[in-house]
Amino acid sequence: MLDAINKFIQKVLRDLFRKKKHVKLGLYGPPNGGKTTLANRICQDWLGEDMGIVSSIPHETREIKIKEQISIKSGKKELSFNLVDTPGIATKIDYEDFVKHGLSVKKAKERAKEATKGVIDAIKWLDDMDAVIVVLDSTYDPYSQVNITIIGNLQARNIPVLIVANKVDLKKADMKKIEAAFPQYKVVGISAKYGKNMDNFYDLLFKLVK
Amino acid sequence: MLTLQFVPYEEIEGLTSNERIRKLLGMVKDERIVVLEGRLRKEEETALIKRTMEEINDRFKGIELSVVYPERRKGTLGRMLKNNITDMLLGQRQGLTVLGPASLIKEIKKDPDKIQLFTQDKKKRRKR
Repeated sequence: MLDAINKFIQKVLRDLFRKKKHVKLGLYGPPNGGKTTLANRICQDWLGEDMGIVSSIPHETREIKIKEQISIKSGKKELSFNLVDTPGIATKIDYEDFVKHGLSVKKAKERAKEATKGVIDAIKWLDDMDAVIVVLDSTYDPYSQVNITIIGNLQARNIPVLIVANKVDLKKADMKKIEAAFPQYKVVGISAKYGKNMDNFYDLLFKLVK
Repeated sequence: MLTLQFVPYEEIEGLTSNERIRKLLGMVKDERIVVLEGRLRKEEETALIKRTMEEINDRFKGIELSVVYPERRKGTLGRMLKNNITDMLLGQRQGLTVLGPASLIKEIKKDPDKIQLFTQDKKKRRKR
């Protein structure tokens, strides 16, 4: 009962906050799912500029990045939000994995240290989000505990969630598996890299935030 | 040699969230694979990840974690009532949590009702 009252109060406060300020839209997910690629795609589509650097080495984004006041339009509708790109959430970080990608031991250790701090920051920021896009690599197994923990936490905080099945341009992509893993959420399959199905993504974004 | 440690829910039931995390992470850092009866709360799972990140260093690379919990399918009113009563009585005691050091466990796969645990190969472990 107390839990229900608490959730109701949170919802009322969130709705009030939404009407006053720009919505904080977070991009969450495991490393290398394509969060920054999607952030760049959104920023390119509506601002004509990139948001962050993309790399095939995991944990490229190690700090929270915010792009303020992005306005997107669909017909007569307009939506303004602050886009928050977060470091990928992981349960393990091994500097030796970065060495395998060609980094020196010193650089790899530095990267690992920054990456651990990035994960902590991403978790801390969960409470500040008004809506979240969970970006998953559709060529990977969706049943990883990190995915389940992120989505479970958002659900517990009553934060609206849209799941993006990214990299659908790849042969191994399996969007249906993601839909089966999270049947209670809307899942949209896109290729952030090539801009595939972005119109559908923006339509769902309007529904998520409004 | 792999050491599996079973932790009955009673062992963590009376503990605070902080104490639970400290206890479980302590076992994992002792190179044990923990099989916990039940599961942590959602916010405890994120707190466990946060604490793990704080403790990562050259020797401790993090954890592998997996929770098996039977999904509640929507059904008749009677079934929903039965599920709610079971949840109230058993709470977090339902399900199973497996966690262990990333230096021992390569991957835990869930599909979704079975768990497959893949260990790191011995040579790699020795190197560490």
